[in-house]
Amino acid sequence: MSSANRGYAGVPAWIYVVAALGGLLVLLPLGAMLARVNWGRFIPLITSESSLTALWLSLRTSAASTILCVVLGVPLALVLARGSFPGQRVLRSLVLLPLVLPPVVGGIALLYTFGRQGLLGRSLEFAGIQIAFSTTAVVLAQTFVALPFLVVSLEGALRTAGNRYEAVAATLGARPTTVLRRVTVPLVLPGLASGAVLSFARSLGEFGATLTFAGSLQGVTRTLPLEIYLQRETDADAAVALSLVLVLVAVIVVGLSRRPSRSTNLGAAP
Amino acid sequence: MSFRFSATVQSRGFEVSLALGPAETVAVLGANGAGKSTLLAVIAGLLRPDSGQADVDGKVLFDLGEAAAGGIWTAPHRRGTALLAQEPLLFPHLSALDNVAFGPRSAGLSRPASREAARHWLREVDAESLASRRPARLSGGQAQRIAIARSLAANPEILLLDEPMAALDVHAAPLLRRLLKRVLAGRRAIIVTHDVLDALMLADRIIVLDNGGIAEEGPTKEVLRKPRSPFAARLAGLNLLTGTLSGDGITSGDGLHLAGHLEDGGQAGDDGIAVFPPSAVSVFPTAAHGSPRNTLPVTITDLEPHGDQVRVRAGGLSADITPAASADLGLAPGMTVYFVIKATAVSIYPA
Amino acid sequence: MRFFPRGARSLILVIALAGVLTAGLTGCGSAGSPPGNSSTTAVGSEGLSGNLTVFAAASLKLPFTKLADEFEARNPGSSVVLSFAGSSDLATQITQGAPADVVATADTRNMAKLADASLLDGAPTNFATNVLTIAVPPGNPASIRSFNDLARPGTKVVVCASQVPCGAAADAVEQAVGTTLKPVSEESSVTDVLGKVTSGEADAGLVYVTDVKGAGDRVVGVPFAEAGSAVTTYPIASVATSRNKELASAFIALVTGAEGAKVLAEAGFGAPEVPSHG
Repeated sequence: MSSANRGYAGVPAWIYVVAALGGLLVLLPLGAMLARVNWGRFIPLITSESSLTALWLSLRTSAASTILCVVLGVPLALVLARGSFPGQRVLRSLVLLPLVLPPVVGGIALLYTFGRQGLLGRSLEFAGIQIAFSTTAVVLAQTFVALPFLVVSLEGALRTAGNRYEAVAATLGARPTTVLRRVTVPLVLPGLASGAVLSFARSLGEFGATLTFAGSLQGVTRTLPLEIYLQRETDADAAVALSLVLVLVAVIVVGLSRRPSRSTNLGAAP
Repeated sequence: MSFRFSATVQSRGFEVSLALGPAETVAVLGANGAGKSTLLAVIAGLLRPDSGQADVDGKVLFDLGEAAAGGIWTAPHRRGTALLAQEPLLFPHLSALDNVAFGPRSAGLSRPASREAARHWLREVDAESLASRRPARLSGGQAQRIAIARSLAANPEILLLDEPMAALDVHAAPLLRRLLKRVLAGRRAIIVTHDVLDALMLADRIIVLDNGGIAEEGPTKEVLRKPRSPFAARLAGLNLLTGTLSGDGITSGDGLHLAGHLEDGGQAGDDGIAVFPPSAVSVFPTAAHGSPRNTLPVTITDLEPHGDQVRVRAGGLSADITPAASADLGLAPGMTVYFVIKATAVSIYPA
Repeated sequence: MRFFPRGARSLILVIALAGVLTAGLTGCGSAGSPPGNSSTTAVGSEGLSGNLTVFAAASLKLPFTKLADEFEARNPGSSVVLSFAGSSDLATQITQGAPADVVATADTRNMAKLADASLLDGAPTNFATNVLTIAVPPGNPASIRSFNDLARPGTKVVVCASQVPCGAAADAVEQAVGTTLKPVSEESSVTDVLGKVTSGEADAGLVYVTDVKGAGDRVVGVPFAEAGSAVTTYPIASVATSRNKELASAFIALVTGAEGAKVLAEAGFGAPEVPSHG
């Protein structure tokens, strides 16, 4: 109505009202938290030794689990999107299960797999590998909950892209591995990137599975969310300050993911 | 024959055998769903037939027995059957040059050597100036030229072209057709098309597919001059009537008689085919008019513009008349009129 | 305007929708005031009626559930709603206006926070104590016999973090014994410590005696002499905003009385060090 140049949007006016309510539901709590930040103590709080240790541990483990997600998730997404084998549908549903599972359930499941008394834990311990209470356990827990995010977004990208480029590449004489490396992966790179970013963000926020499976020890398994949970017991200001840091990191990460789709077209020298 | 092919795909009712000479280009024509794309997919190795054999210059592409088990199946990338589709399908993340260099690079050439080869093929398609462009910044015609260069650069044993001009606008198509004529000379290629011009200009031979099988095949000129299938007749722009040969013409199944010029010494009583151009057909409101011979009563099914003429369709037959004549006669679908055909314009030959 | 009727209809829809949502939001927001009926009426001299909400430390789950049943049996018109959480969670929730009538924490510090904020009605009453013990998985695979055994290299010990009451108690014991533990994990709650022991991940954990008692045969307790150096005291009080004062003081009386002492003792709690009356 007001701007003549805009095309017909087809959105009824009242939708905006409900949309605003939905937006508020997400933004209002963040704003409320922002209002509670004790700015006078903010810098000392977030630069305390335990805070920095937790942040650094969170970033390291999230990076590691993102790499693990890519390494394991790309083949998984390929198999789900392009393969055809019995039980494919069931496999897809099962792989996506951690998306809807409460993380604490994931933690319990991991415990019974990699724990000392677990399915693989006994053999691992026999081989001298102890996972429980180690940073490895944190990475495992994060990978467990974050992997579906990568698989979902990559599988979607693969399905949208179709396999016509791959067929052409094959008739031009490219081996399947070459096709994957030079055609498939570059084509779905935006989907892969956003999947990796989502995985990273999910890893960063992982709490329940880590708490259940990995424990909580400064510098080893106490990631930022666990540190926030613990600080809350005694120092609400510290918990709020650290929460804000986590929100900021998440915003930066998600914000970065919006960019690569453009830069891949221009950059990436052949 | 250096390329031999026969395959069955039961689910698509496809059963085709064909062969190609060392430097022969064959045009495959047919209606939608006739099996043209299936043919290319099976040759390229993108679709596995139920049974069949194919080899090119002694190299086996596949050899699958009636029993599904075992057999030889060469992967697409080892076949040397570059596929050029309707859409260029240039890899969007690579420059034009690197798209063309993709084949040589996959064949194991170093990056500089593969780019050198790519430059050569870009020159061949007059697109050297586009080398550094991304596909997104190419027009449809330019992109298809790069795609042709890319296919040729892969040095294929057989070039497979799947309606390469279909997605281009009317200005880009003639240019590309001339280019293809040049680069296909002396090359083994199969071109799937629905455009008779492609067949005329590019192919030595025509294969008409219908319902998953070969309906007709032969040298291009021969097929266009003396079509034996309704599809080929339509391609050649001719009316086609089948029936039984008689002394001076042909009698169709429903008793219509056409007199005409009998070719190739057909015997009376043999199955025969009569073809005549729509321009040789006149339309009259009554039977009394004109020559007593070659008058067919028909019901008009459609009227449509055809160049500066009006094409009057009546079932499988058509006549081209002037718009003025059409207006004078007050033609409309559903009307019963009489098609009168000059006997001298009717070619009749054994089926 | 041609579109006016349609626009008007949308507007009505929006208003209705907004109304529904606002009502919903207000419903959520009204958590600050006590839920439901504030109609506490004394029925005769035998029993009281009405709803009572009790916020209690997680470790009190077993005895308080029993005592609530007992309370409802004695006062047929009453209904007790129990909410269990960590003590600091309880304090935070009440500070934010959660509708509690009675609060019982597992430490005096969080109760003091509430008292400082003038959220309590009268002074809290200490009603029980708890001490730490060593919990080991059945069979005691690491052969833990004393507190000092926990410091043996290679022993996987899990404790509470210093920020939570059970962790503070563990620190006090460590100091009394003169042994520094190197735990593999410092959990945020005693439940998590117990979980690591019951699952067999840890060789031992420092938990309350009541936790071992409540866990049945999934863990075994290894008592140690120095446990007495860190006694945790449990205070109970009624909340200032409570509209069921009579019911609240009746419940507190039950907990601090003979019946309460019996049930708490069964669960492994000790008697309060300085008996006092509220």
